[in-house]
Amino acid sequence: MSEITPELVEHLANLARIGLTPEEVQSLTGELGAIVDSVAKVSEVATPDVPATSHPIPLVNVFRPDVPGETVTTEQALAMAPEHDGSRFKVSAILGEEQ
Amino acid sequence: MSAAELMDYDKALELFEPVLGFEVHVELNTRTKMFSPAPNPANEEFHAAEPNTLIAPVDLGLPGSLPTVNETAVRYSISLGLALGCQIAESSRFARKNYFYPDLAKNYQISQYDEPIAHDGQVEIELEDGTLFQIPIERAHMEEDAGKLTHVGGSTGRIQGAEYSLVDYNRAGVPLVEIVTRPIFGAEHLAPQVGKAYVSTIRDIVRGLGISEARMERGNLRCDANVSLRPRGQEKLGTRTETKNVNSFRSVERAVRYEIQRQAAILAAGGTIIQETRHWHEDTGVTSPGRPKSDADDYRYFPEPDLLPVVPSPALIEELRAALPEAPAVRRRRLKEQWGFTDLEFQDVLNSGLLVEVEETARFGAAPAQARKWWTGEIARIANAQEVEASSLVSPQHVSELIALVENGELTDRLARQVLEGVIAGEGSPSDVVKSRGLAVVSDDGALIAAIDEALASQPDVLQKIRDGKVQAAGAVIGAVMKAMKGQADAARVRELVLERASQV
Repeated sequence: MSEITPELVEHLANLARIGLTPEEVQSLTGELGAIVDSVAKVSEVATPDVPATSHPIPLVNVFRPDVPGETVTTEQALAMAPEHDGSRFKVSAILGEEQ
Repeated sequence: MSAAELMDYDKALELFEPVLGFEVHVELNTRTKMFSPAPNPANEEFHAAEPNTLIAPVDLGLPGSLPTVNETAVRYSISLGLALGCQIAESSRFARKNYFYPDLAKNYQISQYDEPIAHDGQVEIELEDGTLFQIPIERAHMEEDAGKLTHVGGSTGRIQGAEYSLVDYNRAGVPLVEIVTRPIFGAEHLAPQVGKAYVSTIRDIVRGLGISEARMERGNLRCDANVSLRPRGQEKLGTRTETKNVNSFRSVERAVRYEIQRQAAILAAGGTIIQETRHWHEDTGVTSPGRPKSDADDYRYFPEPDLLPVVPSPALIEELRAALPEAPAVRRRRLKEQWGFTDLEFQDVLNSGLLVEVEETARFGAAPAQARKWWTGEIARIANAQEVEASSLVSPQHVSELIALVENGELTDRLARQVLEGVIAGEGSPSDVVKSRGLAVVSDDGALIAAIDEALASQPDVLQKIRDGKVQAAGAVIGAVMKAMKGQADAARVRELVLERASQV
């Protein structure tokens, strides 16, 4: 059975900055549980000789040469933001810290 | 902020064993960013850019934009891993570190988690008395830097009390390598010095490789210092604190010492250390609590689906290994011999963290002895007074130029110190300052002779004494001439001319 509990859903919602009603927490607990259980079926057919993979395409080492390319202008960038002050974006003061 | 209770340092070391750990972030000086083709502000060429002028869609997290890996940044990271004595991973991949904060518009940082590019290395550092100490390296991984926030409002400019924040995304996406040590044991009472020497060695290594500007005052090299204490004889490690952004060699030394004294006082009084992030305050020399480690540290890392694994070929690794500059210890021995410094002179340079500066100044043509004299003398003195790193004040090229002006007789030592002040004040190169401040030595004999004749005429008794062979009497005339020339004359030349004129007038 799934390990998805209402507390875990609330915790994840908090980390993702999503506000959920108690009803939504309840229904998501069931839905996420069903999704996790379905995905868990994959592990039943995966044998130890199948290496874990994070990517469906068998490619490695795709690089970009270190040459300056296209950028957006300050005006273009700021035009997309709700607020700016001079040439910088303006955001609410958030209690927290840089990673 | 109320000052924390501190235990006497020697007493703290008697009761507890300090265990250290360091995380050093190095900004690479590639021309473009880690995952976008925007110019990189950590490259000297783009350093002075205006806010939000070095940004591509990827740096703003725009929908549909996809990251691409900078090949040069990967090569630099491998070189650094090798220089740290690390194994280079056969296969390495990127991961998303999820967190919400406006310094990264994507709401995640692309980093590396379970498969870093380099792991298991060792760095040898040299302490002030010349003893060698080994620092075990756990890993070095690639990631991107975050944007720069300026908190506005509130009295201190810090986040507390701020009304809003301004964001500049130029720095978002700058290639970083984060170097993480294993727990460092056995530093004992030298722990603060070990911290300083380690960060200084990392700086020498990346400067030697030419992969970073490595200017701490610009944030090219940033250090987080972990300190924990355990009672003597106890096996289990104590709870550690992580002091963030200790951004000068001197601060690393001070912050480690402070944390040892602070934690010792708490533990000895029966208290417990809270595992938390702490901030270093350069001005007051104390650390203050940041946030405790909590839910917010649940970063939910997962493999970055937009990027493919990095699988460096053995041929590439060997190519980069062959191109490595000599190891720091070998380099120190070579430079000491090449420069002909005594043990004391060389140690003086090392302990001031000015080896790179002296070396580069010499490369621009200055005599190493002169380079040492200026860096560890006048420049270090000004740096101390201003509480900044000497390297942030003036470039090796300008110091070399200054030394050349003195050697050519265009400046006296005293004038050169004034020129140095001008260069530090941002008035341009030494020759610019000489021109704008009118500081050149008066080398025009005509002007000197006119001043000498005047001085001799006004002091006939002195003139007579000189003629009688009492050469030391010339001092009064030399003084008057130097005064008339506002000190901008070579005293030896003035003396020569005074004696010559005295016999002729």
